[in-house]
Amino acid sequence: MSSDTATPMNVADLSATLKRAAADGRSLGVSGAGTKLEQGADPTSRDLMISTSNMTRVLEHAAGDLVVTAQAGVPLAALQEQVASAGQWLALDPPEAGATVGGVVAAAASGPRRLLYGTPRDLLIGVTVVLADGTVAKSGGKVVKNVAGYDLGKLFTGSFGTLGVIAECTFRLHPLPVARRVITSTVEEPAIAARKVLATGAVPSAIEWDGQTLVTVIESIESACGAQAADVVAAVGGDVSNQLPPGFGQRPASPVLLKVTHRLGALRDALTAVSSRLPGSAVRAHAASGVVWVGADDLTQLDSLRGRAAELDGGVVVVRAPAEMKAAVDVWGPARGIDVMRRIKDQFDPDRRMSPGRFVGGI
Amino acid sequence: MLEQLIADCVRDLPPGQVITDHAQLRTYECDGLSSYRCIPGLVILAESSADVAYVVGKCAEYGVPFIARGSGTGLSGGALPRTDGVLIVTSRMNRIVSVDSGDERAVVEPGVINAHLTKAALPHGYYYAPDPSSQQVCSLGGNVAENSGGAHCLKYGFTAHHVTGLEVVMPDGSTERFGGLAPDPVGYDVVGALVGSEGTLGVVTEVTVRLVRTPEAVQTVLAGFRSIDDAGTAVSKIIAAGVLPAAVELMDALAIEAAEAAVHPGYPAGAGAVLVAELDGPPSEVDAQLADVERLCQEAGAFEIRVAADEVERALIWKGRKSAFAAVGRISPDYIVQDGVIPRTALSTVLRAIENVAAEAGVRVANVFHAGDGNLHPLVLFDESKGETERAEEVSNRIIDLCLQHGGSITGEHGVGHDKKLHMGKMFNEIDLDVMQLVRCAFDPAGICNPGKIFPTPRLCGERPGRAQGVHPLTEAGIADVF
Ligand SMILES: Cc1cc2nc3c(=O)[nH]c(=O)nc-3n(C[C@H](O)[C@H](O)[C@H](O)COP(=O)(O)OP(=O)(O)OC[C@H]3O[C@@H](n4cnc5c(N)ncnc54)[C@H](O)[C@@H]3O)c2cc1C
Repeated sequence: MSSDTATPMNVADLSATLKRAAADGRSLGVSGAGTKLEQGADPTSRDLMISTSNMTRVLEHAAGDLVVTAQAGVPLAALQEQVASAGQWLALDPPEAGATVGGVVAAAASGPRRLLYGTPRDLLIGVTVVLADGTVAKSGGKVVKNVAGYDLGKLFTGSFGTLGVIAECTFRLHPLPVARRVITSTVEEPAIAARKVLATGAVPSAIEWDGQTLVTVIESIESACGAQAADVVAAVGGDVSNQLPPGFGQRPASPVLLKVTHRLGALRDALTAVSSRLPGSAVRAHAASGVVWVGADDLTQLDSLRGRAAELDGGVVVVRAPAEMKAAVDVWGPARGIDVMRRIKDQFDPDRRMSPGRFVGGI
Repeated sequence: MLEQLIADCVRDLPPGQVITDHAQLRTYECDGLSSYRCIPGLVILAESSADVAYVVGKCAEYGVPFIARGSGTGLSGGALPRTDGVLIVTSRMNRIVSVDSGDERAVVEPGVINAHLTKAALPHGYYYAPDPSSQQVCSLGGNVAENSGGAHCLKYGFTAHHVTGLEVVMPDGSTERFGGLAPDPVGYDVVGALVGSEGTLGVVTEVTVRLVRTPEAVQTVLAGFRSIDDAGTAVSKIIAAGVLPAAVELMDALAIEAAEAAVHPGYPAGAGAVLVAELDGPPSEVDAQLADVERLCQEAGAFEIRVAADEVERALIWKGRKSAFAAVGRISPDYIVQDGVIPRTALSTVLRAIENVAAEAGVRVANVFHAGDGNLHPLVLFDESKGETERAEEVSNRIIDLCLQHGGSITGEHGVGHDKKLHMGKMFNEIDLDVMQLVRCAFDPAGICNPGKIFPTPRLCGERPGRAQGVHPLTEAGIADVF
C-alpha cells in the first residue's frame, strides 16, 4: 500500500501533523522501523504514513532510579546500548532487528526472556500518545509504582496503531545480568523437561524449544549461574556454555508464520496439535510461557489449528503470510470481549482513520 | 427510581441478600478511610455472578448508580457508598474455583481473601505474589480494582502483572470475559485497562491470576540505622547496585515506637530507622545478594544487622512492619495514611523535606513504607479532639505536593478514589483526564458505575467538544462537562 509519509520530530510536530490530517480526513498508518508492518490485516485505507523515524531521542535516563524515557522512534538496540553503560537494560528481547521502542510497544513484541521479565505491558510505566485528531495525552508517570488514573499504556500496548500514535514511552529498567549459562539439552518431551527445569528451583530467564533441543538460559551473578546450571543438568542433562546458540530467539523463516498460544500446562497438546496438522513444520516455543511460533507454507490448517488452540484456552495469530493468503483469512481469530474493544476504538478514533481494518474484528 | 429498584430486588432475591434496614445499612457507610461516610440506599450481598448481573441490570434500567465493595479495606474512599445508589458487596462470592500448578493459574471469585488464595496454592508449591499488608482481610476483587501492591511487589510486580483474565458485569448488566489462562489474548489489553480502574468500569465477578513458584531460599535482613537519612541512602545504594530484593521496607523512629508498643517485634534499640529487606530465589543467588545487602547497609551506616535465622524470626520482623498502620493507633488517637511515590534516588531528600514540613506545622509524621519502589506511607498523626485535623490535612497535602515536585505520583497503591480526586489535576492536565474519560465512556456511557470517583470533575459521555450539538442541561448548570 503506497502512501505519503510524514516524519515528525517530536510530540508537538506529531500533533500538528495529525491535526492537519484530521482536517483533511486522511486515514493514517503508523510505522517505526517497519519491521512489523506486515503484522495484522492489511488496512482498508492509508492516505498518510506517520513514521517515527525522526523521533529518535532518549529523553531521560534516570540511572539511579532504573527508569528511561524515550521517543517512540528510538531503536531498541540503541536504547539498550545507552542504558548498558549504566549496567542496565530494558528487559525486552524481541527478535526483529532494528525495531523501535514505539513499535515494540505497539505490537506488544516479546522474546524468550518474557519468561522472567514479562512483555512490554509489564515494563511500560508511562506513555505519551497522540490521538487521530492531534490530541496529546499522557498517562502513568516516571516512577515504577503508580496507580493514579486509568493506565492508557496498557491499552496502547499491542494496539497496532489503531487507537493513536505512541509518541514517548517511559520504561522500568533492570540490572544487566553479569553472568550467563546456557544449557542445551536433547530431550524427548519438552513439556516434561521444561517442568523439570523449573522444579529444580532455578530461575531461568528463558526456556526455549526448537523441535530438537531445550535451551535453558540462566542469567544472574557468576556463582548463582554455575550452581543453577548444575541443577538443570542434573535434572534434564545437557551441555553448558556461556554463549547463546546461533539463531537464539529467532522464529521460523517460512512464508507463513503463526503464533500459537496455549495455557501453560498444555505445551505438549499444543505441539501435538501443530505436528499432526503441519507435519515437519518448524517450531520455536517459549516453552514455559505458553507461546509457540510455527513456520508453515500455507494457511490450509488454520481453522483446524484454531479449533484445537481454543480448547487449550489459546488462539492462533497469522503473523506473516503472503498477501493473497492473508486476505482470505481472519489473521487474528476470535477475540474475547470484542464488543467492548469496538467501543474503545469508537471512543479513541470515532472516524476510524487510525490503521483502519488492521486489528481484531476489523477494528 | 431507587424505591422501584429496591422493590424489584426484594421481590426477586432471597431476603438474606437484600439489606434495607437502616441500622444494617449503616455498617457499610465507609471503607477503610472512615473520614468519609455515607449510608447506602441499598446493599446487596451478591452470591454469584448472576446476582451481580441482575442488580447491575436493574441499576441500568432505572439509571441508579452502583458501587462494588469487597472487604471495605480501601484507603481512598473507593467503596464510599451513595444514598441514591446501590452497594454491591462481593464478600460472599468467596469460592476458589481452581488452582492449577500446571497452568500456573488460579481462578477465583472476587470476594476471595488475598491470603486465602496463597494458602490454597502453597500445597502445590505456588503462591499469589502481590501481598498488601491487609492481605489477611482484603479481597481479590478489591485488589484488582486498586491494582494493589505489597512488600514483595518490588521484585514480582503489582496486581496488574498477575491478573491474566477477568469476568466482568458491565455497567449495562451484560457479562463479558477478557483474557483467560493463556498469555497474550488477542485484541486490546482490556484486562490491563480494568486492573486499577477502581471499580469505575464494571463489577469484576471472576479473576484469573498467575501463581508464582515458591522460592527455594528466602533470607530476611533487619538493619538498624541511626537516622532515616542513612537508611534511605542504603536503599538507594541497594537499588543502584543492581540487587533486586523481593522487598525493601523502611520504618522510622516513630513507626518503630508504635510497632514496639503494639506487637513487640524487638527491633534494634535506639534505632532512628530500620530497614527490612527480603531476598528470595535460588540459594546461591540469595546468599550472594545477602552479602551485598549487608555490606551496603554497613556502608550506609547501619549499627546493627540481623538475619532471620528461621521462620519464627522472619515472621516477627514482618509482623512489626505489616501491623504498622494499626500500631500507630497506639501512639496517636487519629492519623492520616498518605500514599505518595517518589523516584528512589530522592528518598533522603523527600524524607527530610517531610520532616521539615511536619516540624513547621507542629505535627508528628511516622514513616513506614515500601522503600524499594519509592512508595511512601507517611502517617500524619493528630488528635481530632484537640482540633488538629485541619493542620494534619494540610501536612498530608503538602507531602503529596512534595512527591509531585520530585517527579512522583499522588498514589502508589491506595488509589485516587474519592479522597484524592482533587489532586489528579496536579498530575494530569485537563486533556489527559479527558482522554482517560474516553475509556470510561467505552464501558459506562451512562455514568452509573461508581460515579464521582477518580476524576475531579464529573463528565458526560457524548459528543466531543467542537462537534457538540446543543448544550446539555448539566453542562449549562455547571455540574458536568460534556466530553
Ligand atoms: C491496614 C491496611 C493495610 C493496607 N496495606 C496495603 C498495602 O500494603 N498495599 C495496598 O495496595 N493496599 C493496602 N491497603 C489498602 C486496601 O487493603 C487495598 O486497596 C485492597 O485491595 C482493598 O480491597 P477490599 O476488598 O477491601 O476493597 P474495597 O475497599 O471493598 O474496595 C476498594 C475498591 O475496589 C472496588 N471493588 C471492590 N470489589 C470490586 C469488584 N468485585 N469489582 C470491581 N470493583 C471492586 C470498590 O468499588 C472500591 O473502589 C491497606 C489497607 C489497610 C486497612
